[in-house]
Amino acid sequence: MATQAFRPCGDFKSSYAADQTIFPTAWSRNFCILGVVLVAAAPFLVDRYVLSLLIQIGYLGIAALGLNILVGFTGQISIGHAVFFGFGGFASCFLNGKAGIPPILSIPLAGLMTTAVGLVFGIPAARLKGLYLAIATLAAQFILLDFFGRAEWFTGGSNGTVADPVSLFGFKFDHDESFLYVVLFYVVVLYVAAANLMRTRDGRALVAVRDYYLAAEMMGVNLTKYRTLSFGISSFYAGIGGALYAHYLGFMSIEGLDISFSIQFLAMVIIGGLGSIMGTLMGTAFMVLLPQGVNFLARSLDGSAIDHALGLHEGLPFLREMAIGAAIILFLIFEPDGLAHRWKQIKAYWKLYPFSY
Amino acid sequence: MTPHPVLVARDVSIRFGGVKALTDVSFEVRPGELFSIIGPNGAGKTSLLNCISGRYRPTAGSISLGGRDITHLKPNKRAAIGIGRTFQNLALFGHMSVLDNIMVGRHHLLKNNFLTGPLYWLSGARNEELAHRREVEHIIDFLEIEAVRHATAGTLSYGLRKRVELARAMALKPKLLLLDEPMAGMNLEEKEDMARYILDLNEEWGITIVMIEHDMGVVMDISHRVMVLDFGRKIADGLPAEIMENAYVKKAYLGEDLPDLEEDAAA
Ligand SMILES: Nc1ncnc2c1ncn2[C@@H]1O[C@H](COP(=O)(O)OP(=O)(O)OP(=O)(O)O)[C@@H](O)[C@H]1O
Ligand SMILES: [Mg+2]
Repeated sequence: MATQAFRPCGDFKSSYAADQTIFPTAWSRNFCILGVVLVAAAPFLVDRYVLSLLIQIGYLGIAALGLNILVGFTGQISIGHAVFFGFGGFASCFLNGKAGIPPILSIPLAGLMTTAVGLVFGIPAARLKGLYLAIATLAAQFILLDFFGRAEWFTGGSNGTVADPVSLFGFKFDHDESFLYVVLFYVVVLYVAAANLMRTRDGRALVAVRDYYLAAEMMGVNLTKYRTLSFGISSFYAGIGGALYAHYLGFMSIEGLDISFSIQFLAMVIIGGLGSIMGTLMGTAFMVLLPQGVNFLARSLDGSAIDHALGLHEGLPFLREMAIGAAIILFLIFEPDGLAHRWKQIKAYWKLYPFSY
Repeated sequence: MTPHPVLVARDVSIRFGGVKALTDVSFEVRPGELFSIIGPNGAGKTSLLNCISGRYRPTAGSISLGGRDITHLKPNKRAAIGIGRTFQNLALFGHMSVLDNIMVGRHHLLKNNFLTGPLYWLSGARNEELAHRREVEHIIDFLEIEAVRHATAGTLSYGLRKRVELARAMALKPKLLLLDEPMAGMNLEEKEDMARYILDLNEEWGITIVMIEHDMGVVMDISHRVMVLDFGRKIADGLPAEIMENAYVKKAYLGEDLPDLEEDAAA
């Protein structure tokens, strides 16, 4: 995966197995383990508000990883990721409410159903490229959104639909304190799965299709299969993310599944770093925390001259959208490789400090 | 009695709109042979290679490999029947490591997939990957690219990239290797290395090779047989010595290259 990973000198691998690990250095592995431990300890350390942000980063980060596999790793594009996220949510509610399947099972099943839908919309992807593909996925956005609006049996129409909390052996994960662990579990499993995919046959094939499809074809890679597969995998992750969201809120509605949500997913992977697994999580965290930062700024300027002059209060939602837009543009200009790349450089800097040349 | 040819092209023609890139080209390549194709720019050499590798479909004629008609076989099915190739303009996976590039060559030999790959430790994908990694390391040793195996392919020098491309083609265990100008743009030392690798591949690994190359010194030195193309037509084929004596080749092709050739021979 991380091909240009910085390797300190003297870090020689003595076996191929040691050379094929997910993390290029023991340091980076320990850092991730520390992160997981800290999140697991979070309910004892931080308040509910922070927990809710962590949970958000979790389920959005799962969906965003799907998009990164599609866009970053396979080099395709989708401007309809939000509806697959939505489909996963509705599907799990449907399986749970109508078929009585407990959420512990309905969430993965919803992921599989979303995969099936993603594969259908992925079929044109095998033939289309660039702008044409973008338009085709835009069509998916509108078609599925329209379907959600009409299919009351599936989505509850404009009223939305309810979802049971996740429960296991009678224990209900119905608070932020407990649901955090459900999300953490899915994040760890699905991120590790993606990292494994990328260091095995089919993951390499996806990247090969992105980098030079004609050469990939010569190596025996079936282009149609892998372009479609990429949509399937991407939808699976979106579906799981959406299902987690639904069971977290206990409710799923069509609200918020519009195109701007799809764009936000794109922002997450661009800001995090196209083709970077850990970057996806960083980008998602950035996008979740950005509005909080804007809110904070507006609140601290409350009543000041700037507030009066700009009318920050009334403009808050507008301001948030602006901040997102500005963040995307600034990243595209100054940090096109995303946070993951910046992070690598910071690590390299500190390892060589003070001899950074 | 010569052995059965591995590769047989019969009256292969291809046209792009008004351009006849190939007209009725027929030739045979025998097992274990190092067969070179020469000809001026635009003669149709790459087009011919593309027809063999499946990138182009001949407008007329047929191509068979090991007795099997492959004229209409899909390009991605050709790795499995033993056709590997390198490209005239580098076609590496630029953002992948050298190692991953070569491992893509193992694609058709690997069994793990998008379901078993993510389960790495549980599904046996890890063991399979490691076993193939070991074999790929032989290729890396052979081509002497150990030092760059973790480098990003796109950042390497031209000569090294050509070598990595050869490694990737070797990784799919080809019976027939198609090399499109493997030495173009190289300095003398790199050319000599590359010529040695190609010879070793042919002699020690027993791989049949079809090579397009402009450097007449190398071509005449290492090829078993040579075919000349011009304006999409086959002018001649035969032993290097015969080709050197061919009137057309002397006049149209070697005429200006002759002094160069003597230099190479002396070197
Ligand atoms: N895809 C294509 N579309 C249109 N014309 C093509 C295509 N491929 C090749 N040609 C034309 O076919 C002719 C032969 O091209 P080809 O690339 O096979 O020549 P070549 O012998 O490999 O030349 P060079 O030594 O420059 O590599 C040229 O006139 C070229 O313009
Ligand atoms: Mg050519």
